Amino acid sequence: MTLWLMAGLLFTPLAWAVLTLLTDFAWGRVVTWGGIVVQVLVSLGLWLAVSRDGGFYYGLGGWEAPLGIELRVDGLAVTFVLLTAVVASACGFHAGVYIDPDKPWHRYFWPLFWFLWSGLNAVWLGGDLFNLYVGLELISLSAVGLVALGGKAAALRASLRYLLAALLGSLAYLLGVALIYGQFGTLSIAGVVFWLEDHPVPAGSGLALALMVTGLALKTALFPLHRWLPPAHGIAQSPVSALLSALVVKASFYIAARLWLELGEPLGNLAAAQLVGLLGSAAVVWGSWLALRQSALKQVVAYSSVAQIGYLFLLFPLTYSVSESVSQQAQQGITLQVISHALAKAAMFLAAGNLILSTGSNRVDALTGVSRFLPFSLFSFGLAGVSLMSLPPSGGFAAKWLLLQASLGSGQWWWVLVLLTGGLLSAAYVFRIYRASFLENSETDEFYHPSRSLEVIPMVLALMAIGLGMVSEEVLSVMALPFEEEGSP
Amino acid sequence: MTAPLLYALAGAILCGIGLFGLLWLSHLLRKLVAFNIMGSGVFLVLVGLPQHQGGQDPVPQALVLTGIVVAIAATALAVVLIRRYYHLSGLTSLTGEPASREGAPE
Repeated sequence: MTLWLMAGLLFTPLAWAVLTLLTDFAWGRVVTWGGIVVQVLVSLGLWLAVSRDGGFYYGLGGWEAPLGIELRVDGLAVTFVLLTAVVASACGFHAGVYIDPDKPWHRYFWPLFWFLWSGLNAVWLGGDLFNLYVGLELISLSAVGLVALGGKAAALRASLRYLLAALLGSLAYLLGVALIYGQFGTLSIAGVVFWLEDHPVPAGSGLALALMVTGLALKTALFPLHRWLPPAHGIAQSPVSALLSALVVKASFYIAARLWLELGEPLGNLAAAQLVGLLGSAAVVWGSWLALRQSALKQVVAYSSVAQIGYLFLLFPLTYSVSESVSQQAQQGITLQVISHALAKAAMFLAAGNLILSTGSNRVDALTGVSRFLPFSLFSFGLAGVSLMSLPPSGGFAAKWLLLQASLGSGQWWWVLVLLTGGLLSAAYVFRIYRASFLENSETDEFYHPSRSLEVIPMVLALMAIGLGMVSEEVLSVMALPFEEEGSP
Repeated sequence: MTAPLLYALAGAILCGIGLFGLLWLSHLLRKLVAFNIMGSGVFLVLVGLPQHQGGQDPVPQALVLTGIVVAIAATALAVVLIRRYYHLSGLTSLTGEPASREGAPE
């Protein structure tokens, strides 16, 4: 059973990527929708299997670790696999209606979409550092291609800037991997931990961790390395922006977090942990402030991503040399933040796309009067905003509440100020959009009405982001499942 | 000083040169060449360092082969994007005003 689930999970995206290369946009849409159904069922099946029996290692094709590709299927990984399935299928359905099928180059959307999905699954499940690198590159290259689908010079400029930043980040990461392999003679994180158990920590091995985390921070757009993100996420087509903000930046963060949780104690130090937390806090404040000052609607949402990514990096100080229970709280809070931000930001970008489709402009002031014509999309935008502002009962609230407790529990009260300021500033930029849309303007009374299915999808995602707060216990319990170290499917 | 260590050190220097080029040069093709130099440097470290520590080792060579494939794919994508960007805007760097207006509707 597990064999079929794993095969389906890994094989479907690659097969569908090749299939959709052969079709035009309209046929690609039909083929993709079939693939999405398969992929969602398989992800759900794997999630259920793991939540019932616990996690396991899976050697791809029967080949074990040093030679073959070993996948680590644990509760956290399958949760993210399921999250990817939810967000990517929403974006896939939305894109099928939203993207203009008449432009010939748009048919490449589907193959890129599927390659992106396979890269994401590879990163969530990847067990060794080099396969994670390959997964990261697969994600970056297809994400850059998706941004470039905009076709205009500005889109190409943004995608080139994105590509250069992503490549530099990957190389820094790979250099760190080279140092790790040179020092420890293994590529798996578990192998390094095992080596460190009966050897002293070699001098200079902190450099490898620093290189990897810096490279990954560049790919995750941590302040002050965030400059590539707003143009790329702002100029891409809305379903693409949703995919990039919701999932792509999380992939590199996920690797950084796994590295830090396993190797942070032996190889890291307190100053580095506090520095990363400080940069994250700066991202929260500076990103929210810039979001407040943007004149383009999607730029507001893109800068809000910079801010929300900042929260994720509070993981570093909140798990370094603290008690087990505080560290657990911080990890749970960060996981909830990843999930709720993915759902809320995807909803927000898709709703923003509908608003832009309706008003024909990306400017915030062009939203005047749209509340009368497109209340549904505006409501989805607002619901997603509630989660970003972290008001109860949303998933964002549950995440920030856990982070708040972890900050107080470890005596690092200064992060509480960041959490509060960030919440207030995000309320400010969401309400700014609302204010613009409720102003009455007698001159423009013609709005294009997007189809109903375009409006339903962001609403579903926004409701899930809100509802996450109520089921957070159940979601977190799957991640806390025991992981059988030895065992085959 | 063994030969593998020399390779690793040369790799580190190439990384530095590539990084400098990637950050300071403005012409996009030069940036791309700098990326490739930096990539080669990383590959040299990847092969040299383990052999210095533990003798002959086939694993890094397999890794570098995969890494080269990834680097070629990235380079090809970058070249196509740079060419298209040049056709549309007449620019060879990321600074300066592009021909089309930014912030236009999708």
